[in-house]
Amino acid sequence: MKLDTVGIQLERCAKTYGRATRVLEPLDLGVVAGETLVLLGPSGCGKTTLLRLIAGLERPDAGGAVRFGGRDVTAQPIEARGVGMVFQSYALFPNMTARENVAYGLRIRKLPATEIAARVDELLELTRMAAHGGKPIAALSGGQKQRIALARALAPRPRVLLLDEPLTALDAQLRESLRAEMNALLRGLGVTTVYVTHDQAEAMALGDRIVVMSAGRIEQIGAPRDIYHRPANARVAAFIGTMNRLDGEWREQALHCAGGRVPAAAGATPTDAIWFRPEDAEWVAAEDAALHGVVAAATFLGERTRLAVDGVGAQTVLVDVAGRAAPEVGARIGLRLRPEVWQHRID
Amino acid sequence: MRRALTAAQALVTVLMSLFLLVPTLMSMAAGVTDNYFRGWRSGFTLRWLAQVWDLYSDAIFLSLRIAVVTLLIVLVLGVPAAYALSRSGRRLARLVEGLLVLPVAVPGLASALGLLVVYGGVTAFRVSWWFIVVGHVIFTLPFMVRSVAAVCRSQDLKTLEEGAASLGAGFAQRFASVVLPNIRSGILAGALTVVTLSIGEFNLTWMLHTPLTKTLPVGLADAYASMRLEVGSAYTLVFFVMIVPLLVWMQTIGRHEKGAVR
Amino acid sequence: MRDAIFPARRRWLFLAPALTVFAAFWLLPMAALVGVSAEQRGASYAAMVASPRYLRSLLATLGLSLGVTLATVVLSTVAGLFLERRRFAGRELLIAVLTLPLAFPGVVVGFMIIMLAGRQGLIGTLTQALLGERSVFAYSLTGLFLGYLYFSIPRVILTVMAAAEKLDPRLEEAARSLGAGSWAVVRDVLLPALRPALIASASMCFATSIGAFGTAFTLATDVDVLPMTIYNEFTLNANMTMAAALSVVLGLVTWGVLALSQWLGGEAAGAAA
Repeated sequence: MKLDTVGIQLERCAKTYGRATRVLEPLDLGVVAGETLVLLGPSGCGKTTLLRLIAGLERPDAGGAVRFGGRDVTAQPIEARGVGMVFQSYALFPNMTARENVAYGLRIRKLPATEIAARVDELLELTRMAAHGGKPIAALSGGQKQRIALARALAPRPRVLLLDEPLTALDAQLRESLRAEMNALLRGLGVTTVYVTHDQAEAMALGDRIVVMSAGRIEQIGAPRDIYHRPANARVAAFIGTMNRLDGEWREQALHCAGGRVPAAAGATPTDAIWFRPEDAEWVAAEDAALHGVVAAATFLGERTRLAVDGVGAQTVLVDVAGRAAPEVGARIGLRLRPEVWQHRID
Repeated sequence: MRRALTAAQALVTVLMSLFLLVPTLMSMAAGVTDNYFRGWRSGFTLRWLAQVWDLYSDAIFLSLRIAVVTLLIVLVLGVPAAYALSRSGRRLARLVEGLLVLPVAVPGLASALGLLVVYGGVTAFRVSWWFIVVGHVIFTLPFMVRSVAAVCRSQDLKTLEEGAASLGAGFAQRFASVVLPNIRSGILAGALTVVTLSIGEFNLTWMLHTPLTKTLPVGLADAYASMRLEVGSAYTLVFFVMIVPLLVWMQTIGRHEKGAVR
Repeated sequence: MRDAIFPARRRWLFLAPALTVFAAFWLLPMAALVGVSAEQRGASYAAMVASPRYLRSLLATLGLSLGVTLATVVLSTVAGLFLERRRFAGRELLIAVLTLPLAFPGVVVGFMIIMLAGRQGLIGTLTQALLGERSVFAYSLTGLFLGYLYFSIPRVILTVMAAAEKLDPRLEEAARSLGAGSWAVVRDVLLPALRPALIASASMCFATSIGAFGTAFTLATDVDVLPMTIYNEFTLNANMTMAAALSVVLGLVTWGVLALSQWLGGEAAGAAA
């Protein structure tokens, strides 16, 4: 199933509740037609409010505008915008069966009964729920409800798909398997999608681009790899994965710190701090290394062991060691940082 | 020690139950006994019931008519109000609900006197059974509002409605296809309460009635005061027969709700 | 409150009919009643304070209601706790018996008392058989007391049982694990936890009792409770002003009791009323 789709533009959109509570600072955002844009951030950062602005469930403060494919829809209520929305709690109608829920949007548009039945069948097939169509909502499991909610949103062929933390209510294993399904589905549909989540793994798996938000502001927009490897500031860095910070003194083309020195990569500019992720540090033999530390704790996580290493810098540093072998607690180890850590600065 | 305490509790409970039950059974029996003074030996008869029907069938039908009309008015006034209140701020909701419940808190006598002071002069209104309907509506409205508002709140109707709106449904469509079906239980419970209260209402009705607009409870007072014990009992029996099925229905719903929640 | 789906203007539209009817048929009449009661520059209020008759009626009403409230709350707590916390054959039946009379109008309750203690009453027959003398007390203060008890018990028991259902059994278990005996558990865990419900139902019981009319009307005792006095002023003495004044006093006392209990017991109390 392929859907017609539009791009979305938000201009100077802000949202204030009451007289003083500013939930969204004025922002501009463009969503490319057909892309999946993920709004990522902690609770209270404004991502859901932003989604609701796009949906038409909230209106931006004066001066803000929302456009679908160039047309101004700011004054249009949600009923008229042609969006498909999946809510965190699914919002499935308890007084109807699964089929009837999926058919609802089509019934509102007064499509002929045969066409409605055909569409509903198509969507139940697409979401692998064909066997459960006749069941009442209360008889469905969490994952099944989620699929029906998606089917219902897609049935009226929306030009924009909006999802508000659709997987948050499910347990971890189910979330992972559904995430893969959802990814395949969204790619196949080609519809402009805005997806809200606080789970960074989900964001990186599903998004063409990610919008990292915090306290009502956009911190950074970019592809998952950009966000991960080149976070714009400390907040983004801390939210996505784990980031270590190593302070020191710049001397002789190297950063000198408590644990030794980190030689600069070619073309690196002078700095008194470098940032690196746990997987950017390698465990090497202590004699071969210019940087040393002492293992304070080692946590076995299955595919890797995470070490907390003291003595490298002012703070404890987290280092991942892949594979079966790992140093013991208390051991003095050598570390080597990949040259890529010099490519990116964070303020 | 514990056994004695339990036994004492059980005794108190049973005595209380007997206190409430025995006169009820007695009066039901008296209604079909030929002569109460002589007791069962005098035989089983339906003549007292026939007499009650002769004398009071008008009153009984009037009570039913008033109850149904009251219910219809309360539905039209109360369901939208409850829906609106459940979506309003907490302070406003509490204020309005507190206001609407005043006629229940304040003695019916006072409310009736008030009505007489203001509308007693409008003769056509005063002598019609609509005068009683007005009193019943004011008295039973808060029960419907409370019941429906509670159900509205417990359902997170707002998100369901947003879902329906996202699918293109306008306000009227949403109200009919999403809101009403899901608050049915609250409306039903409220309706049963309204009908039961209206049929049995006396305090207000006694002050508002005229000899031409006698309701069932007014007839009961009349029968107790001026008729034989058997007639009063038979009339009470008729009242029980009307009221008990409604009460049982209400209790069944209540238990069903509890079971569903568990 | 922001709500794009059910905006404020529409909410007011939905509230308007109910509020209009309420204003026209209750607020206005009540205001008029207060107005009438203060006619002749509050002569009725002065008479109320001066004349012993009205004062006696008020005190009798308050005293009776207080007594009934105490008895009802104690009895209903005992029975309510017993029924809520145990399961046994016949439990459903007992609960039904104790709560069905909820819908009986005051007149029917009066008749029930007559059946028990009237001239042809059950108790009279029993005492005649046992003691040789027929005991008839339906038309006395005792009869009135029993009548008020009859319609109060179902209400209070329901509230107590609903509250007992919400009690956390783990609090009790914790007390028992620390050595508390049955009575200590009741005194230190159950009663404090039930306090809001007990306050709510006690105030509701008191308010209902002072405003009760049908029961007193049927039992036609020579003890005049305030509602009867009001009724007599209106119908026998055609003294509308006095009836209005007494009604206002009664209304204020009732409302005051309920407001006080809501303030003491919090929102739970108000909801139960």
